[in-house]
Amino acid sequence: MTIPLSYYLVLSGIVFLTGVVGVLLRRNIIIILLSVELMLNATNINFVAFSQYFHDVAGQVFVFFALTVAAAEVAVGLAIIIALYRAKSTINIDEFQMLKW
Amino acid sequence: MEQVFFFYFAFVIAAASVLVVAVRNPIYSAVALLIMFFHVAGLYVTLHAEFLAAVQIIVYAGAILVLYLFVVMLLNLRQDDRYHRQWPMAAAVGLTLVIEAVILTAMKGWTTPVIAAGTETTVGGTGNTEAIGDVLYSTYLFPFEVASLILLVAMIGAIILAKKDLGEPTEL
Repeated sequence: MTIPLSYYLVLSGIVFLTGVVGVLLRRNIIIILLSVELMLNATNINFVAFSQYFHDVAGQVFVFFALTVAAAEVAVGLAIIIALYRAKSTINIDEFQMLKW
Repeated sequence: MEQVFFFYFAFVIAAASVLVVAVRNPIYSAVALLIMFFHVAGLYVTLHAEFLAAVQIIVYAGAILVLYLFVVMLLNLRQDDRYHRQWPMAAAVGLTLVIEAVILTAMKGWTTPVIAAGTETTVGGTGNTEAIGDVLYSTYLFPFEVASLILLVAMIGAIILAKKDLGEPTEL
C-alpha cells in the first residue's frame, strides 16, 4: 500500500470540516441535511481506510450500518421538512423559532 | 499510479464538498453531492472495497440523492438563500478544527505507529463481497437485524410524518 493512512485521514477531515461549516452556515434545511451527508461520508472514508490498513473487514461492515442509518435519517428528515413546509410554507431555519427561548 | 488515482479522487471529493456548501441553488448543491458520491465510490475501489463502492452508488446516488431532488423540486424554492448570520461562529469552529488538524498532522511522527494485525477475515482474500457476507451474517448478525428494524421504523415514521398535518398551523 503506497498511500499512507494519514492522507485518507486528512481528506476525511477536510470533508467533515466542510460539513460542519455547512451546517452552521446555511439557512436552507435541505442544504443542512446535505452537509450531514457530507459528514457521514467523511466517517465512511475513515472506516474504509482503516479497514484496508488493518486488513480487517469489520470496518466495511460498519460502513454498511452507517449507510443504513443515513438512509433512515434522510427518509425521516425529508418527511419532517415536508411537514414543516406545510406548516409555514418556508424551509428557512430562521423562521422556525418555536423551540427557542 | 495509485497516487495519481488517490490525488484525483481526493481533489474532486474536497472540491465537490466545498461546492455543496457554497453554491446557492439547492439543485446545484445536490448535483455536486452526486459527483462527490461517485468519487467516494472510486476511492473505495482503490481501497479494495468493491462491494461498498457498488452499495455507495446504488444507495447514495440512486436512492438518497433522488429523494433529495424530489423534495427540492416539490418545494419549489426561491434562490435568494443568503448565508446565516452566525457565520462568525462557523468560522470560529472551523478555524479551531483546522488548527487542531494541523497540530495533529505536525506531531504525527511523535507516536509509535500501530502495527497492523490481520485478525479476522482478510480484505480481498477470497473476494470482498464474500468476506463481508461472512462477517455480516455471523459476527454482526444481531446488529444486522437491528439495522433492518431501524429501516422499518424510519419507513413508518416517514409515512406518518409526511401524511399527517402537524396539528393546525397556529402562527403563519
